[in-house]
Amino acid sequence: MISAERLTKRFGAFTAIEDISFEVAAGEIVGFLGPNGAGKSTTLRIVAGVFPPTHGHVRVAGHDVVGEPLAARAVVGYFPERVSIYVDMTVERYLTYVGEMKGLARRAARLAAGAAMASCSLEPVAGRLIGTLSKGFRQRVGIAQALVGAPRVLILDEPTAGLDPEQVADMRALVRDLRQEERTVILSSHILPEIEATCDRVIIIHRGRVVALDTPANLNRRVRGRTQTVVDVRGPRAAVLAALRAEPGVLAVDADEGRDDEVVAVVSSEPDRDLREALAAAVARHGWGLRELRPRTLTLEEIFLALTADDAPARASA
Amino acid sequence: MKWLVICRRELSATFGSLVAYILLAVFLVLSGYFFYSDLIFFILFGGFTLSTGLWQFVFLDMRLVAMLILPLVTMRLFAEEKKLGTLELLWTYPVRDGEIVLGKFLAAWLFYVVMLAATAAGPLMFYHYQPFDVLPVLAGYLGILLLGSAFIACGLFVSSLTENQVVSAMVTYGILVLFWFLTWNEEAATHAVMRWLLGLSLFDRFFNFTRGVIDTKDVTFFALFVAFFLFLTWQSLATRSWRGVR
Repeated sequence: MISAERLTKRFGAFTAIEDISFEVAAGEIVGFLGPNGAGKSTTLRIVAGVFPPTHGHVRVAGHDVVGEPLAARAVVGYFPERVSIYVDMTVERYLTYVGEMKGLARRAARLAAGAAMASCSLEPVAGRLIGTLSKGFRQRVGIAQALVGAPRVLILDEPTAGLDPEQVADMRALVRDLRQEERTVILSSHILPEIEATCDRVIIIHRGRVVALDTPANLNRRVRGRTQTVVDVRGPRAAVLAALRAEPGVLAVDADEGRDDEVVAVVSSEPDRDLREALAAAVARHGWGLRELRPRTLTLEEIFLALTADDAPARASA
Repeated sequence: MKWLVICRRELSATFGSLVAYILLAVFLVLSGYFFYSDLIFFILFGGFTLSTGLWQFVFLDMRLVAMLILPLVTMRLFAEEKKLGTLELLWTYPVRDGEIVLGKFLAAWLFYVVMLAATAAGPLMFYHYQPFDVLPVLAGYLGILLLGSAFIACGLFVSSLTENQVVSAMVTYGILVLFWFLTWNEEAATHAVMRWLLGLSLFDRFFNFTRGVIDTKDVTFFALFVAFFLFLTWQSLATRSWRGVR
């Protein structure tokens, strides 16, 4: 649905992004991840048609963003990082106006505005001036604006920035709804759990370059290199550690400096070798209490740090 | 037809704000006062014809009011949207830059038409007591309309260059005043250059209209002037490709 080929964007001497390529399939939700200033917004703006790339091409639903801008923009709904909406209009009139700008006739635009308001729970404030709304509502108007006319592709730049936890949960629910409707979504964030919670694939960019592009699970495997299991055992500390280390397949055991009668340890093994059952059996054999046993997955935070810490493009492409 | 949608939004934004009514009020008070003074002057000191004795002064004075007010009308057109960031969204809708420029120009122009139409109250009352030949007056109105269109096109362009409305108004004043004084210093240029400058001078072109003369060359000049600045505005929007959004 979206294919970006070797995008480079320069502003004067400043290179915002360099050689960024990615593909997004129809119905897929892809997360753009990177620290502030990594080039996320620049990339998304190019895809949305705000400005053309210096080099490279983007096609949205088969239309080149530069060559056929109107056709490409017609399938895209865009939510900008800086929510900027006319404050002197009511929600309903504004969304109707957006519908008309997207090429709908007045009546159709009004219907589309109603639909967008419904999916963002904006009906209670339909007649209010946007300038008088709270930040959370304005954010929702921004999302509704992108949804007007049911575009097949949605580009959401930091949709949860500045929202309180409840509103963040609402926003996630909304993105999940979009998944059910088989829309293609690119969303950016510098908050990792958010991407982890909603996206099929993650594109990590750092200093204007793609450092990783994969599913959260695969990234996990790649960066980690080992499988890790967390065990919490009630029993004599030294004996428990010795027993864990003696188990076949265990490469390393890292334990906290805890109490003498309880051990919380991270047990490492070969990649894709799951030791959970063996560990449970060992603990049971000794008659100790098994309080917790779970696989440890890396948070995207850790993946991100591992990939970006040492200027890692080489490692990411390995 | 997206330009119509943009124009309609602009107009509702204009007439939804107090600023528009203040500008309208100032425009009407000033041009009304000038009309009154010119009329008194004509009655006291007389002249051979209404055309050169009254209307010419009325429209020359109205020219000053238009120059004072119109940069304040055009200053927000793009500058405000740049400041708020709303322009960025506009660029992601399937709409051509040219339609954005046209819609905004048209909205400011229609507001100006409303202002001018309201000034007709003075001449209409005058006509009620003392019927006169209306054609020279219509020519004058056409002239002031064309001159104002040129001001608006120029102001629209300047507004597209900045996100600061004060800068937008000040620079527009600068350009318009320069165009006004361009031909005043006859000693500063050779005869050939002077003729060229006179050809470019908005205000010298306007002068014919105030005397009731409509010359197609003058009309064409104003149309080209407007088209030129609309073109510049269009180009200015395209600079986002290397300047970025802000």
